[in-house]
Amino acid sequence: MKEVLEIIGALFVLLGGIFLFLGGLGIVRMPDAYNRIQAGTKATTLGGMSLILGVGLMETSWLIKAVVIIIFIAFSNPISSHALARANYKRKNFPYLKNTKGVDAYKDAYLNENKEEQS
Amino acid sequence: METKTLYKKLTSVFLNWLFLFIVWNAFTSSFQAQEVITGLIISFLLALFTSRFFDCCSLRVLHPVSLFYSIVYVFVFLIALIRSNFDMAKRVLSPSLPINPGIVKFKSKLQSDFAKMMLANSITLTPGTLSVDLIEDTLYVHWIDVKTDDPEKVHAEIAQQFENILLKIFAE
Repeated sequence: MKEVLEIIGALFVLLGGIFLFLGGLGIVRMPDAYNRIQAGTKATTLGGMSLILGVGLMETSWLIKAVVIIIFIAFSNPISSHALARANYKRKNFPYLKNTKGVDAYKDAYLNENKEEQS
Repeated sequence: METKTLYKKLTSVFLNWLFLFIVWNAFTSSFQAQEVITGLIISFLLALFTSRFFDCCSLRVLHPVSLFYSIVYVFVFLIALIRSNFDMAKRVLSPSLPINPGIVKFKSKLQSDFAKMMLANSITLTPGTLSVDLIEDTLYVHWIDVKTDDPEKVHAEIAQQFENILLKIFAE
């Protein structure tokens, strides 16, 4: 039983490693900060979760702690990515749009907010 | 008015106490009497201090229907997370980099702040979307492959499945 769990855990760790690698590749390949945050957040969330679950399965006495850590990752990771994206917009790094038809619905709200601050 | 705020405060303290106690037991994971009693006392003291900053919901979240939909939500969320990772892997690995990014907006039907936060978090982890800002009830979402900029259609495409479950959990 212990050997089987160890193999399953190792597979989870491997899967996590693959997703984390893909996230890193995404950060290199994507054209602007928002797309990079997208690639980074998704990969680090599932990659980190799977890696920690793998460790929990290999050492079963850590399993409950591993689950608690997974829950904390699921809550904190999207919040940090949201804060990064919002701060990036406030620094006037507007998103990369493929062509002139690209939509940026946030621009109006952003300009409104800035107008209020100035007046 | 006075009793209502007191009731709200007590609810908040109680829910915090419960949450912190569960986390305590998960971390110690021994379930001996002395550990559990220490946990009860310490988590109550912490709940008294933290309830001011963390008042998420009413006692309705302990209703069986809410608990059932919370479990459903976890599974829907996990499936969306795995799908979004494969979607992202496909985009990153294809040589032509098939993206058409943009920021779209839509209005959420949810009322409480905590429910809106859950919705924004879930949207960040669904395929191809990243929530950028939340102003009152309008969510601004960075979408890696913009299909439509009509708020109604965006809402149906991105948020519908999570919002329906959240509405049932928080009973709004």
